[in-house]
Amino acid sequence: MPTIVIDGKEYEVPQGENILEACLGLGLDLPYFCWHPAMGSIGSCRQCAVIQYQNPEDERGKLVMGCMTPVQDGARFSITNEAASSFREFIIESLMVNHPHDCPVCAEGGECHLQDMTVMAGHRDRRYRGLKKTHRNQYLGPLIHHEMNRCITCYRCVRFYKDYAGGSDLSAMASHDHVYFGRHEDGKLESPFSGNLVEVCPTGVFTDKHLVNDYTRKWDLQSAPSICPGCSVGCNTSPGERYGKLKRVHNRYNPDINGYFLCDKGRFGATYVNSEKRIPAVGRRSKDGLFDAIDSSQALTDIAKGLSTSKVIGIGSPRTSIETNFALQNLVGQQNFCTGISETETALVSACIEAIKESGAKIPSPREIERCDAILILGEDVTNTATRIALSLRQAVRNEAFNMAEGLQLQSWQDAATRMLVQDERSPLFLASPHATQLDDIAEGIFNLSPSNIAHLGYSVASLIEGKKDDAAKKTDANDYGNIAEALLKAERPLIISGTGVTDTSVIKAASSITSALVAKGKETYLSLIYQEANTLGITLLDQGQGPSLSNIFEQGENNSIQTLIIVENDLYRRAAKHKVDKLLQAADQVIVLDILDNETCNQADIVIPASSFAECEGTLINFEGRAQRHFPVFESKHPCRPSWEWLTEIGKISSNKNMLEWQCFDDINKACSESSSTLTGINEVAPDRKYRVGGRKIPRQPHRYSGRTAMVANLSVHEPKQTDDTETPLGFTMEGHSGDRPGELIPFVWAPGWNSNHSVHKLQTGSEGELKGGRSVVKIESKKLIQSKQQVKSVNQNNDQDHFIAVAMYKIFGTGELSSQSPGIIELCESESIELAIEAADKLGVSNGDGVTAHGVNGTVDLEVKINDSLISNCVGIIQGMPGAANINPGEGLSLTRSENWVRRSEIISSDQLGGKNV
Amino acid sequence: MNNSVNSLSTEELSAIDEELEHAPYRSAVAIDALKIVQSHRGWVSDSSIKEIANYLEMSSEELDSIATFYNLIFRRPVGENVILFCDSVSCWIRGCAKLEKHINKTLGITRGQTTEDDKFTLVPVPCLGACDKAPVMMVGDSLHENLTEESINRILEDAAVKGKER
Repeated sequence: MPTIVIDGKEYEVPQGENILEACLGLGLDLPYFCWHPAMGSIGSCRQCAVIQYQNPEDERGKLVMGCMTPVQDGARFSITNEAASSFREFIIESLMVNHPHDCPVCAEGGECHLQDMTVMAGHRDRRYRGLKKTHRNQYLGPLIHHEMNRCITCYRCVRFYKDYAGGSDLSAMASHDHVYFGRHEDGKLESPFSGNLVEVCPTGVFTDKHLVNDYTRKWDLQSAPSICPGCSVGCNTSPGERYGKLKRVHNRYNPDINGYFLCDKGRFGATYVNSEKRIPAVGRRSKDGLFDAIDSSQALTDIAKGLSTSKVIGIGSPRTSIETNFALQNLVGQQNFCTGISETETALVSACIEAIKESGAKIPSPREIERCDAILILGEDVTNTATRIALSLRQAVRNEAFNMAEGLQLQSWQDAATRMLVQDERSPLFLASPHATQLDDIAEGIFNLSPSNIAHLGYSVASLIEGKKDDAAKKTDANDYGNIAEALLKAERPLIISGTGVTDTSVIKAASSITSALVAKGKETYLSLIYQEANTLGITLLDQGQGPSLSNIFEQGENNSIQTLIIVENDLYRRAAKHKVDKLLQAADQVIVLDILDNETCNQADIVIPASSFAECEGTLINFEGRAQRHFPVFESKHPCRPSWEWLTEIGKISSNKNMLEWQCFDDINKACSESSSTLTGINEVAPDRKYRVGGRKIPRQPHRYSGRTAMVANLSVHEPKQTDDTETPLGFTMEGHSGDRPGELIPFVWAPGWNSNHSVHKLQTGSEGELKGGRSVVKIESKKLIQSKQQVKSVNQNNDQDHFIAVAMYKIFGTGELSSQSPGIIELCESESIELAIEAADKLGVSNGDGVTAHGVNGTVDLEVKINDSLISNCVGIIQGMPGAANINPGEGLSLTRSENWVRRSEIISSDQLGGKNV
Repeated sequence: MNNSVNSLSTEELSAIDEELEHAPYRSAVAIDALKIVQSHRGWVSDSSIKEIANYLEMSSEELDSIATFYNLIFRRPVGENVILFCDSVSCWIRGCAKLEKHINKTLGITRGQTTEDDKFTLVPVPCLGACDKAPVMMVGDSLHENLTEESINRILEDAAVKGKER
């Protein structure tokens, strides 16, 4: 490691870094704007100027930009030198010429990088007395608020949006003091990563619209370390609360997974927690069909009584924690516990687990995905199903760029130079999908194929890698698919991506055979398989194929052998055909539903019980890599809800369930779960338990400046209430406690003296993009420990003749997720329930956009709205998943379609109508 | 690439196509295409931006960032004659400030404005490369040197009568 001298002190710094990075890594304060740890340097803002001395005799030195100056052994610098510090102060003063003095009404105030840097650089008095440049703001959609006057033209927004995230609808317009960052015209930002502008912008140009409309300063927010429940990636988040409402979600740095960035579903899709659809109380259906609020202890006793005397089935959920599912499994017994995942999806998940076990490939984290240098995506629409990974893939194709730069001895942080050098050169990424995807723009080869043909492509590539030249018929494949095989073989770290979004299990098997072939060739091969929900893999590992499948439950229902049915956080109408679910719920004598938001299944229940959301309870989720992670309660809900695992444990105790009698708290359930099978061993080490203290102190959820604890409830009482004790976690609902180095999984929010913005995270890191100083537990379930679940699926009746279309599963970032699609803002962006048709198919049926078609499949008929998708291959139709109508169609089945004559075209839905006229 | 109605004229399209023959990729002719459309229409409207962007397979935002960067791509309607008035150092030494005031008074417009009869738009430029004959300005495509108040009056009168120079 080179040794450099800064202001007379010697420091060892990592080779290859620049001075700015090195200073921040050493804990020295040096202001900056345009630099970003994930996006590198362009040297445009001139804020990180330092003095560099040429030799030991040099007394005067010269001004250099820290972010553009590589560290060199023996080099001598000064941060505090008067010439450098007055230069930095002057730069801030010039930036301030046009910056409004609107901090008190700005949503960035209190966590503003510009405020921090202004104080740090020492600029205090504005000398400029002229007019400030003003701009018109744009409407950028329901998620992002635009306030262009505050811009200091650091260009970080477009560098993130265009260069890093591949968006094309945000640009820098005009020149000199007219520079404007926006769209060509008003309209929603199209990138699914647009929300990161809120954190990337050093000041308040781009802010979280939901937060702006119902505002709380960062220092008044109560936060907890959390995990995004939106998909199987498991990004680390930091949700903030005030007045019992979830106000916003910020990124929580995890170097393996999300780094500095989240997707828009993760950032804006959590405010369903505040929804009016929350189940308000424990309710029992009365004779008139409406729910009466009842005493919870009475309800639990009644339920417990039923358990001992009747046949009970429990249906769990892939969208909630392992602990909740484990509690349910214990309550009803393994043989009566169903994962609640649809039949078709279960088969796909099993195929994935089998693939992981058999291929011998490594399962990459998103960070490792960024290092892969040749990629083949088979069928999975990553941008819609595991959005954050699409951002990692956009970095992965830049590996070629970094190689080229290295050839010229250019450091990877030299962003502008590297991009100029490589232009459009990319590492190879090949895509096979039945329709266009949002990664097409970075793909070297795109193969538009039906699911079974994607599998064929996969097998062909595998045999080309193996070097089999068995028959002449393969020749065409050799031409078409030869360069895929060649690119994968040439790569140092080839990556194959597939997942349960592919409709057809053979695609996953094909992905597995390619990875096996590459592993056999001695390649460091990576295989990434995507699941559809936050805990799909977790619940599958818990079930181990022992419990009944959903269709088995339906059969039992038909035989009238179910007396009590407990459904936990799962809307069955999204999982299976309506007529089947109707029959089941009617057949059971007593249906008990625990859920967060009201839904169709709740409406059919006899007893409904309000469950806590992810932001109000503790839980462990297992992501697509098999990584177990813990989310902690951010706040105490004002609803009478409790964590599902707590309700279930209580029922278990009343009914004297001997496994559950000893469970006193979350940690007990978690520990019992980790001891229940060798697969789940270790999930109790995911985060410190409730007894964890640093110097006898808990970790506070509130910043030390948290204000108004008395005033908040002054309308009820002028006496400050005692803060609630948190007996379940190492965190406290207070401002007092330990806020020094903590394990990464216990960092509720980031702050450091002088650094109020999220940039303070570097004070907690060991170097940019590095590990956290307080350590971090990494619990990943080993591939060899995965237990294969039994395949219980009957082969789907495939009508592949000309009159039938193959139903292809389509996932949408906004709309497919049951809960995220109930969040304000996201509601406006949700896709409606529809069937996507190729133009040829639509012409044949004589329908156009907005018309209706009747789909005839194994579950009878369903009417769906037509949406023409000209990228779809003509023998496939796309069924948007996660919608009630779509549940009537099994992905992969053959559908015959007819024009629906009775279809009434929908009038525009106005989101304010859906919100009940509130909050707009 | 896209079936939307493209209202660029055939002349404009063929001129752009000619540029495309020399370009390695479509978006490389962005500036030329903007100049072509401006030469036909006097300025580049929002809808022209969309049409050109569509034709060159780039986003409207990318093209607009180029169009708005250059002062001489007009994103607002301009008069029949655009006066490019040099206010750079040589012209300033030779008294251009006074001459600019004269134009302001004569035409009733300041920098960036267009006369009510849509005859003239006044735009400052940093240099026209004729410092030895300062002060200078361009009206339409012709360069006028060694300006005086009298010569400016004559030039403006001529231009007003002649209409738009091609």
